[in-house]
Amino acid sequence: MEVSFNDVKYTYPGGVEALKGITFNVPTGQSLAIVGQNGAGKTTLVRHLNGIFQPTSGTVTVGDWTTAGHTIAELSARVGYVFQNPDEQLFARKVFDDVAFGPRNLKFDEEAVASAVTEALEETGLTKEAQSHPHHLSLSERKRVALAAVLAMKTPVVVLDEPTTGQDHNGVRMIASIVKKLREANRTVIAITHDMDFCAENFERVIVMAQGEVLADSSPENVFNLPEVLAKARVEAPQLERLASSLGWKSHPMNVDAFVDNLEAKSR
Amino acid sequence: MIKLSDVSYAYPDTDHYTLTNVDLDVPQGEVVGIVGASGAGKTTLAKIISGFIPHVDGGALSGRIEVDGINLPESTLAIAVSHVGLVIQSPFNQISGAKFTVREELAFGLENQGVEREEMATRVGEVAKLLGIETLLDRSPYALSGGQQQLVAIASMIIMRTPVLVMDEPTSQLDPGGTRMVFDVMSKLRDSGITLVVFEHKVELLREHASTVHVIADHQIVASGPARKVLSDPRLEKWAIGTTRYTRAAALAEEKSLLPKSTELPVSLEDSIDVFKGFKNLKKG
Ligand SMILES: Nc1ncnc2c1ncn2[C@@H]1O[C@H](COP(=O)(O)OP(=O)(O)OP(=O)(O)O)[C@@H](O)[C@H]1O
Ligand SMILES: Nc1ncnc2c1ncn2[C@@H]1O[C@H](COP(=O)(O)OP(=O)(O)OP(=O)(O)O)[C@@H](O)[C@H]1O
Ligand SMILES: [Mg+2]
Ligand SMILES: [Mg+2]
Repeated sequence: MEVSFNDVKYTYPGGVEALKGITFNVPTGQSLAIVGQNGAGKTTLVRHLNGIFQPTSGTVTVGDWTTAGHTIAELSARVGYVFQNPDEQLFARKVFDDVAFGPRNLKFDEEAVASAVTEALEETGLTKEAQSHPHHLSLSERKRVALAAVLAMKTPVVVLDEPTTGQDHNGVRMIASIVKKLREANRTVIAITHDMDFCAENFERVIVMAQGEVLADSSPENVFNLPEVLAKARVEAPQLERLASSLGWKSHPMNVDAFVDNLEAKSR
Repeated sequence: MIKLSDVSYAYPDTDHYTLTNVDLDVPQGEVVGIVGASGAGKTTLAKIISGFIPHVDGGALSGRIEVDGINLPESTLAIAVSHVGLVIQSPFNQISGAKFTVREELAFGLENQGVEREEMATRVGEVAKLLGIETLLDRSPYALSGGQQQLVAIASMIIMRTPVLVMDEPTSQLDPGGTRMVFDVMSKLRDSGITLVVFEHKVELLREHASTVHVIADHQIVASGPARKVLSDPRLEKWAIGTTRYTRAAALAEEKSLLPKSTELPVSLEDSIDVFKGFKNLKKG
């Protein structure tokens, strides 16, 4: 499902101008990463997709709906949003119930609920924790419960607010493979991240934001080769891109294999 | 400065130990890194070193824990917090909830200690400048982005000037520039004699700033040593901590005989520039 922002401005009640006119669209099945400095407006922006926020001016569309014309409950059938802070999202006393909440709300029958929950817990490595109290889990585990809760809703659009935060190596890999699977299923994925290696390795398009504006919008290879933009957004290139550029290479390796392929080519 | 001997711990109402027989020795005036998988027990250890376990969380704690000359379990939380500050993992939960502005929030701990108004204002100004949050001082601590809130949480502990600072994933929500800034601040604090223990997943930054790194796995400390040595250890994959892309690229290059076998793989950008510069010369020569 396609989503779009059309000259979206948002000012918080206290007067902070968080979004200063954002326009872009994300076609069905695309995987988009949003990066940029703390306070750039990333969270504020994506919270418009499920109607938590309505633009001060401009419009946001999700498929053939304008968000202004629909309730949060209606929009939640189309857009799943995983919160930056899982403790704002989770409230049940059992992991299973937190994950079942969405599908039940969407009126899945109990059998479909059970299978959606089982699948989502498996994808996030939490099968063993189904009966645990979320507050007895570590923060990164709770963050994955929050992710499972959204996956279980099987929405055509999935929005992840800093999904790899606090995850270990296995957790990051798990999330990378979830993003890949969502893409393969032609679902639209939008992820906010501060992890540039994760970004370069798993997304086809990157938007860089600073101070309520979009500074760049292109492929990872292009975006991470714009030093002024990166500096302005307090972002750095992925590790091996930084290494390649320090070594004076002209290529832009976005992952380990690409880097070593380059090395091999140079040794011939 | 910090000495743990044979420390074991089980949370209340659980039938298993989260940490068993942990020994840890942190000298004064160092930045020490601790890495471990999700659920390995990092936060648990951070709470033990700062007295929150057992004074807040309870549970079954055994062994000896000495920080800045204080036997923490036999002391009180009030005494503990005057020796060691804990930046907790979730910045949202660090905020007191008692104050309307970031400025007041930062002063909150000093106020409780009866520090004079003028000195309070000076120290708030200093710490805000150090962390680049001057423009946020008059905002509500709740009307902030996640990363901004994390900086406020860090500032609210640094301002206390405790001899020991324990930071539980302090840069988890920071942008790359902010992450570097916080690590630079840690190094500065260390230069002024403060002892820092930082729990982190960002291996590259730990390599650049920590002298020693410890690994938690299987409820214990399973490896300790100089940052580069520990952080290039291939077992890091097995422990689900993972190595940097620099380390992985060099390992793959060695496997393909593009680089000579090394004794210690590179971990940071600087380490790898050394290694791969060599590669160019090797091929030319
Ligand atoms: N509830 C709020 N009330 C007022 N201002 C807010 C509120 N939440 C965020 N802001 C401000 O709006 C701006 C954008 O915040 P937002 O949370 O969207 O940033 P972000 O890009 O997601 O940052 P981070 O990377 O730190 O999560 C910031 O200046 C922030 O201080
Ligand atoms: N209050 C609690 N009661 C019972 N068990 C707990 C409690 N808090 C944490 N645990 C369990 O103790 C183990 C260690 O948790 P801890 O929070 O120390 O891990 P961590 O290494 O900090 O993980 P993360 O990287 O996710 O922050 C986990 O298995 C967790 O589920
Ligand atoms: Mg955010
Ligand atoms: Mg933790």
